[in-house]
Parts: sequence; structure tokens; C-alpha cells
Amino acid sequence: MAASWTRVSSLKVVVFVLGTIPAIYIGWAVATGTSGPNPIEFITNQTGEMALRLLIIGLALTPLRWATKSTTPIRFRRMVGLLAYFYVALHFLTYTVLDQQLDIAAITDDLYKRTYIIAGFVALIIMTALAITSTKGMMRQLGKRWTSLHKLVYVAGIASVLHFIWLRKGFQLEPLVYAAVLAVLLGLRVWRKVSAKKKKTLSAQKKETLTAQNAG
Amino acid sequence: MARFLMKPCRNIGNLQLGWTSILTEISSNRYYRELLKMRDWMKVAGIRSSEITDESVFRKRRRVLQAAAAAGITGAIGSEALAAASPLSMPVTKSDYTVDGEQTSEETATTYNNFYELGTDKGDPVKNAGFLKTDPWSITVDGECDAPGIFTYEDIIKPHAIEERVYRHRCVEAWSMVIPWDGFGLGDLLKRFKPNSKAKYVAFQTVGDQKLPGMRSRVLDWPYVEGLRIDEAMHPLTFIAIGMYGNVIPNQNGAPLRVVVPWKYGFKGIKSIVKISFTEDQPPTSWNLSSPSEYGFFSNVNPNVNHPRWSQAKERKLMGSAGGLSALFASKSDTLYLNGYADEVADLYSDMDLKKFF
Repeated sequence: MAASWTRVSSLKVVVFVLGTIPAIYIGWAVATGTSGPNPIEFITNQTGEMALRLLIIGLALTPLRWATKSTTPIRFRRMVGLLAYFYVALHFLTYTVLDQQLDIAAITDDLYKRTYIIAGFVALIIMTALAITSTKGMMRQLGKRWTSLHKLVYVAGIASVLHFIWLRKGFQLEPLVYAAVLAVLLGLRVWRKVSAKKKKTLSAQKKETLTAQNAG
Repeated sequence: MARFLMKPCRNIGNLQLGWTSILTEISSNRYYRELLKMRDWMKVAGIRSSEITDESVFRKRRRVLQAAAAAGITGAIGSEALAAASPLSMPVTKSDYTVDGEQTSEETATTYNNFYELGTDKGDPVKNAGFLKTDPWSITVDGECDAPGIFTYEDIIKPHAIEERVYRHRCVEAWSMVIPWDGFGLGDLLKRFKPNSKAKYVAFQTVGDQKLPGMRSRVLDWPYVEGLRIDEAMHPLTFIAIGMYGNVIPNQNGAPLRVVVPWKYGFKGIKSIVKISFTEDQPPTSWNLSSPSEYGFFSNVNPNVNHPRWSQAKERKLMGSAGGLSALFASKSDTLYLNGYADEVADLYSDMDLKKFF
């Protein structure tokens, strides 16, 4: 048990370091001018894609737990989620501070005129709430409600993918790949729930017939 | 099994995807490219795009990069593109059409492009430029005109004196550049085909019969088509570019010849033209077909007409001079009505509601 615990903690360090490398790369590319003629667009795109990738990795951990019949993947869930939020925050700050230069009028204008900004904002608000309530203390305090609150991550996932699809000109392949992966991950959950329910009703029916037979 | 290993080819549209193209795809991955660029920057230390202020420094750098290329250092897309640029062979005179102040660096204007036939990423067109074959090149002219025909590139450009015009270039994505184009008036070219009285519009078509990598994706209906009303096409500002910065226009910018309409969003300036048709009815245009609520036929630069995707009130000027971190804090500029060309072209639209005809 202790051995597995140290293994998980050292793996966590590895995941953390891997998760921060893209941020260092983005900063390096911008500082040296290798990020191209439009560095703000570069940072926006890179942080946005990283956030989405990490969110999807986070959503893959539960299906991975079912597949491996091990709880180990779940131990990384908070860290992956917080890393995703780190990129969400960078993404949002790039948009508000660097791109819009804190022009509140322009930002509110975007917020009610452009659907992809609305979708992105929905995801941001959810992810912020989930990041704030990610501590052990909050988990204890919220009890059962914590689980239902954190189910909102599915909505954040859908909103993020819509944000990506809608912001691209035309109908482009890349965001649709993310949409497909997300659909599989959410579909697995639905499928498991439905099959579990079926099993339950089946066993309930069996029990019923048994009692009926006994009564007879 | 062996056969399978040797021939994993799958047909995707018209393009065969084999081992080599898969490997090319992987090796051209943008992270890999970034790594190569980093390596280059370390090797060619001390020379940064931010330091390019004038032509002499730029030329010096090009020599350094050519030397670097000769020494086997490759991979820096921008530098490769610049090293490959070749000066126009004919004399170029400066025209009165100019823009005061700074121009966008040649590296920026030739490495940050929207040319979806060569890929949807801004860096894709320069990377995939080699797929476009521009020699030989011919242009079909048909429709409502008395002198139609099929013309070679040489036929098209021969009678025209080449001049340089510095124009503001505004993309619908809310960024802009200032570019010195080399070419001639589109009107002068169109007159040679003797349009008749039924010619109310001019339709253009981009090359569509070459297997260009971006055309694998159905992001737009290929070939790309655009159009102008005849008075817009004949307007003295409307230009055919065969070069930029005194060099032959690179493939990623629409070689061998393209339209430049400085008061309209960039996508109206069709690239790599293979067909010109005079029509009586308004011709279809690619972005309008793809999303009619976003892209109108006219697509004049207009800060007052909101686009569903981008507020057009402001624009980010991409000059390529402010390198590194300082570029992050450069402020946006207000977008000018008709991109600052209202004095010349506002009359074309005097009786039109440009909010309706966006």
C-alpha cells in the first residue's frame, strides 16, 4: 500500500511537470519571437487547445478506471483538472488583458453578440467553480452536493468543444476530432448507466418471479 | 501482410495517403517545426526579426541565412521563404498609391497567410507552398466579352508596365498589414478582353485541378471563387499583383497572379487565378456560399457592420517589427471605413445601405 502510494505521488510529480512544459514552451516561443507574427493569437490558440486536451484527459480517467479496474487513474483527476484550469485561466487572461486590453465595452459586446464567446464563458464559469471547490475541505463541506456540482464538468466539456467549433471559420476537422473524442467519453458513461439500470431491473424481475413462485 | 506493409495507401478524396506522406505529415508537425526553429535561432544567434528595421539589415540577414542554409541548417520556415524569394525581372516604378509610415516586414507578410487550399493554419501556406505548380500557367477568359480566350501568364502580363503600390491589407479576422505590391491595374487587364454591355460582374476562380493538401478538407467548396461588380473591378485602385516587396509573388501569397482590392476584406482578393468570367448576374463567392450570414458579396471593410465572429471596430496591425514580449502589449487600432479608401471608392456605394449589402 505504502509502495503504491509513493509510486502515485512520484507519478503525480511527472504529470505536473509534463503539464507545465507546454506553458514554458509557449512563453519561450513568444519571448524569442519564434511564435510567428501574431503572438497573441498564438498564445490564445495554444492555451485554449491545452485546456481542452487536459479537460478531455481528465474525462478519460473514469472510463480508464472501469477498464483497468483500478482506482489509480482517479488519483490524478484533481491534478489534471487543475492543470486544465491553469490553461483556461491563461486563455481567459490572454483574451481579456492582451487581446482586448481590458476594454470592458468590447468584451461585453463580444459576450452577447458572439456565440463562441458565450460558450467559452460558460465553460470558464463552470471550471472556476470546480477549481475553487476542488480542495479536500470543500469536498467535506459540500458532501453529496460536491458530486452533483462536479458533474457540471460534462457541460464544461461540451461548451468548450462548441467554443472551438464555432470560432473556426468554416467547418474544420480539428475541433470535430475533439468533439468525437468527447462524445465517446460521455457516451461511455451513458452506456454504463443504462446497462447498470438494465441489470438492476433484470435482477429485480428475477426476484419478483422468485417471490411469486415462493408464494405460489 | 507484406503487401499491406508496403502499401498502406488509403484514398482520401483524390489524395493518396502513403507511408511517405504520413511521415512528411509527422515531420511537418508544427511542434517539430518549432523545435527546428528553436535550434535555428540558437545557431544563427544574435539575429532576430525584431532587429530588422530596414532593407539593408534585411538583405544582410538573408545572406546570413543563405549561408546558414548552405551549411546545412534548415527548418526555419520564414528564413527559407525569404531565402527562396527571387527579384522581379522587369523594371518596377513607384506609384502614387502609398501608405505613410511603417510597412509590414516581408517575412511576416509571406509566412502568415490565409490560403486554405494550402492548409487552414496561418503557417501552412508557406510550409505547403511547394505543392502549387505555377509554371506553366494559363488563364481562361470567357463570358460577356468580345475577346475571350485562353492566355498564358506571359500573354497576360506582357503589355503592362509594373508598378509598386503600397496598400493597407485588412483581413476579416481583424488583423491588418501594410504591403508593397507589384503589378498593374485590374481594369487595364479587363479592358483587353473587351467586356460587352451585359458584363455587370466579373467572376474569378482559383486553381482547382492541382492536388493541394488543404483541399483534402471540405472546409470550403473547391475551387475557390470570388467576384466583383464591374465598376469595382474597373476601379483604378483594384490591382493585379504579380510581386510583392520587389520579389516575385510567393506561392503562399497567390502566385503567379492575384487580385488585390484594398478597401475589401482580404478574402475578396482571390489568389492564383485560372479563370476570369464576365457575367450578367452576381456570381457566387466561396465564403458567402459557406456562411451567407457572415460573408456578404461586397465584404467592404466597415467598422460599423458587426461580424458574428469578430467585432470589426478595431484591428491588430501585424508589422513584424515588434519582436518578443513587446508585441504582446501593442494596442489595437481603429478600423477605418472602407479601410481608409473612402475618398476614392465611397461613391461606388452612394445609393446602397452597406449594413444590408455587407
